[in-house]
Amino acid sequence: MSTRYFGQPIKRNEDPRLLTGRALFTDDVQLAGMLHVAFARSDLAHARIRTIDVASAKERPGVVAIYIAKDLGDFWQPGPLLVPPPPVEQLEFHQRTQVPLTKDKVRHAGEAVAMIVAESRYVAEDALDDIFVEYEPLDAVVDLEAALKDDAPLVHDDLERNISARVAQTKGDWTQAASEADLVISRRFHYDRGTAAALENRGIVASWDAKTQHLTVWDTTQAPIAIRNGLAAMLGLSERQVRVIAPFIGGGFGPKIMMFYPEEVLLAWATLQLGRPVKWIEDREENFYATTQERVQVHDAAIALRRDGTILGVKDIFLHDSGAYAPYGLTVPINSQCTLLGPYIVPNYYSEFTSVFTNKPIVTPYRGAGRQHGVFVMERLLDIAARELAIDRVEIRRRNFIRPEQFPYNNEIIYQDFAPLVYDSGNYEPALERALELIGYERFIREEQPQREAEGERVGIAVVNYIEGTGIGPYEGARVTVEASGKVSVVTGIGTQGQGHYTSFAQVAAEQLGVPVSDVHIVTGDTDLFYWGAGTFASRGAVVAGNAVHAAAANVRAKILKLAGEKLEVAEEDLELIEGRAQVKGAPETAIPFGQLAAEANPLRGAVKPGTEPGLESTEYFGPERGATASGVHAMILTVDPETFLVEIEKYVVVHDCGKVINPLILEGQIQGGVAQGIGNAFYEQLHFNENGALLNASLMDYLLPTAMDVPDILSDHIETPSPLNPLGVKGAGEAGAIPVGALFAQALDNAFRDIGLETREIPLSPNRLFELVMEAKKAV
Amino acid sequence: MKPASFAYFAPHIVEEALALLAEHGGDAKPLAGGQSLVPTMNFRLAQPAALVDLNGIDELFYIREDKNGLRFGAMTRQRTVERSPLAQRHTPLLYEAMPHIAHAQIRNRGTIGGSLAHADPAAELPALAIALDARMRVRSATGSRWIAARDFYVGLFATDMRPDELLVEVAFPDLPPRTGWAFDEVARQHGNYALCGAAATVTLADDGAVERMRLIFLSVGEGPVEAAQAQTLLTGEQPTPMAIRAAAETAAAQDIDPVGDIHAGPAFRRHLAQVLAARVLTRAARKG
Repeated sequence: MSTRYFGQPIKRNEDPRLLTGRALFTDDVQLAGMLHVAFARSDLAHARIRTIDVASAKERPGVVAIYIAKDLGDFWQPGPLLVPPPPVEQLEFHQRTQVPLTKDKVRHAGEAVAMIVAESRYVAEDALDDIFVEYEPLDAVVDLEAALKDDAPLVHDDLERNISARVAQTKGDWTQAASEADLVISRRFHYDRGTAAALENRGIVASWDAKTQHLTVWDTTQAPIAIRNGLAAMLGLSERQVRVIAPFIGGGFGPKIMMFYPEEVLLAWATLQLGRPVKWIEDREENFYATTQERVQVHDAAIALRRDGTILGVKDIFLHDSGAYAPYGLTVPINSQCTLLGPYIVPNYYSEFTSVFTNKPIVTPYRGAGRQHGVFVMERLLDIAARELAIDRVEIRRRNFIRPEQFPYNNEIIYQDFAPLVYDSGNYEPALERALELIGYERFIREEQPQREAEGERVGIAVVNYIEGTGIGPYEGARVTVEASGKVSVVTGIGTQGQGHYTSFAQVAAEQLGVPVSDVHIVTGDTDLFYWGAGTFASRGAVVAGNAVHAAAANVRAKILKLAGEKLEVAEEDLELIEGRAQVKGAPETAIPFGQLAAEANPLRGAVKPGTEPGLESTEYFGPERGATASGVHAMILTVDPETFLVEIEKYVVVHDCGKVINPLILEGQIQGGVAQGIGNAFYEQLHFNENGALLNASLMDYLLPTAMDVPDILSDHIETPSPLNPLGVKGAGEAGAIPVGALFAQALDNAFRDIGLETREIPLSPNRLFELVMEAKKAV
Repeated sequence: MKPASFAYFAPHIVEEALALLAEHGGDAKPLAGGQSLVPTMNFRLAQPAALVDLNGIDELFYIREDKNGLRFGAMTRQRTVERSPLAQRHTPLLYEAMPHIAHAQIRNRGTIGGSLAHADPAAELPALAIALDARMRVRSATGSRWIAARDFYVGLFATDMRPDELLVEVAFPDLPPRTGWAFDEVARQHGNYALCGAAATVTLADDGAVERMRLIFLSVGEGPVEAAQAQTLLTGEQPTPMAIRAAAETAAAQDIDPVGDIHAGPAFRRHLAQVLAARVLTRAARKG
């Protein structure tokens, strides 16, 4: 296979439209007679609803309808469980999913109690002031440990305790390992909440056409096909009567794979009731409550080692905050549990988690999806172990790496895709060595750091490793067609939220078909154009849909060669496909344009051979046996102002292995964006809930996102260890940038304050928190 | 996040604006740059019945020299001050501090009078106005009066102005001879609200001792906070590193009583106040 398109740093096909404001986003959809929706949301995190009075709101001019839970009749149903619990032996699971509008009590601040449909969003918001809800406030469940006390208030009254799930997984025998160890280190680690803060909030437009009996929904979802199927079932329609379009979306990051959001089912239902199109665009304030979030976990972890730094085992018992409902099952804590093992040989592992219901917004995967926590715990344990054993922190990692010849490597526990946690491939040491070289580790430690510290600077260096399970099943599909123009169309079922699918999928198809990338037209996220699929999540688009595109394009290539071979009366292997033409190798005068071949493959008159399929087209599906394991190393040099505790990242290095690279520019973008989000999570972003479950910083004034000023240039490099589990050899890259940044920050800070023995065991941090930690450490010295 | 409905007026002269304010009383809000008011209205935290838009009143946009210093029309954009050679010459402290105010895009719209009248305790301009002994001229349909900056601020987001009064002009006197100045602040991100800020002016006597000093903090109280005890402590002293350090410690320990918020607790705010006081006093004394 030549590499004319695959692997090239080709500029993105979609960017001119995106950058000049000519791409369709959900809020761009304007329909005649369209109505606008606002939601009355609870200010309280936990309260029983006594009465809801909407009478005066209905009177307000411009208000068309107001719905509360009882108005929905049989349509009122808790949402589906999106991911069932995995087949793990020791498992307790209590399914409680979100409801369209709260009926009896509210379980988190911002939960919707009424839906207002009006002639404009302004009027709809005016009517919010006319709705009177009488609440009986209840004590809120906020802290995870307090939530499990015997006298804790209950988020779900019909459960005995606030336990959503409890899962234990075992590899080997931790107790034995600990008894044989020279050193056992035990620590408690905290990770707090953040929000994805996508540039575009959620939005939905739903339009029922009574004459054609057809429902069209534009939705900022990462999974349009599943939304179509669910809406049809809920509304009693045929799937063929429902079209869900996920247009361009300003960032997904996981919260937009959640389904069904209450707004998604309510908008679709309301347009059927009213016979007019309805639109709801989430505003930024709503986004802080109504869109899912992630990241509170508390880990009590221990590592057992031999004196030489060899890991004998790890034990980790942790609490996971699921928020008020758990529609996404156990994906996030299972990811934490599985990702903790990292690129290291951990012969004995005991991991047990309790997922806890709290009166906070719902938790579902957000870029990294629990992997951050696992990496943080393991990397911190290794840092502390290195210090205790007086081994260099890089060396202790090196000594425990899984070696290249050990793949596939079986970790003997179950991953989020219900398959055993088996790493398909990896080669960790070259990536580590390259990262050390790029950051200048040895020289920095030996020369630069002592010199700068002598001048009064606080400066630290950090190097951490991680792995990322990517590209999980079940499957995706793609249809590749050579059109009469000679250009190629590729249709796939997944949606796009900025990943560059219009280019990377085009490159995969172009590679097979020998057409310029700009001649490949991509359609994503329109259920009328592709029927089957799961969605864009878990760093799987390039792996799963990409390989489906590859397979379909390979079939079309075969069809072109067969037809052209017949026309030119030569063997197929003597042909080549160049610039949209099929020709005898080295004989451009024989070239037949694809358009001509496409027309001949689709005759309008005459007869074809029995069994002939029309056109130069193929549809293929790809479902991997299990996920592909990507890996990487991040390194950083960080300075801290010793007076103000502001930090500055001086240098940031990423060496990443996601197998074969489709487009290095797109990969670079994914990594840069991921690191930016990771930096936000590590040092800027934190959702502050008070003891009543009220969110204190529900605006971008007080919830600090990293800006261009806070994100450094990132020096990156790649190691290519192709995945054996898919023909393209690719692995996912979407989440890699974000995953290890917390662990990296913690190590760099500890290194900068090693003279006072700072030991950072929590993320996110802030100048204020760092000040407190340093003061405590100084006191202890 | 849509504002409640409101009446909108766009007067062209000050008298017209004052008549509207008199007519609507406390139900009307003057709209200057809108950088605080409009988001507040979008959150429906403010629901004024009427907005009196000052952006069309040309007579409120100016920077003029007079015999005592500079006069700024209340609608002068912050960006204009930032780029003004007059401001650089007459009010170098104000000029130097301007880039600390939010982001350039905000300063393009934000006005000097709007920020002064909004009285946000985290804002730079009120602290600078007190440090520089500025005076505010406020007008109503029935009269006009001057208020010294230090009397202008009376609490959280509160000024001495009545609802029918409008801030029309602010006068910044020239600094006395042998007076140094400095401003600094700590924000989690450039352009974000300061966790703490400090403005200082230090006038030295012929013998090099501190003859007069002003140290004003922002973001540590309900409004700008004058470090009165630190001022007393350092006045009459030689501004040695030790004396400045003592003044900074006094300022942080005794002159302020900061409350915590999600970005900084009281202890960190005091710590920053001490760090910033020492920094600005050192720089100001060196320039004096």
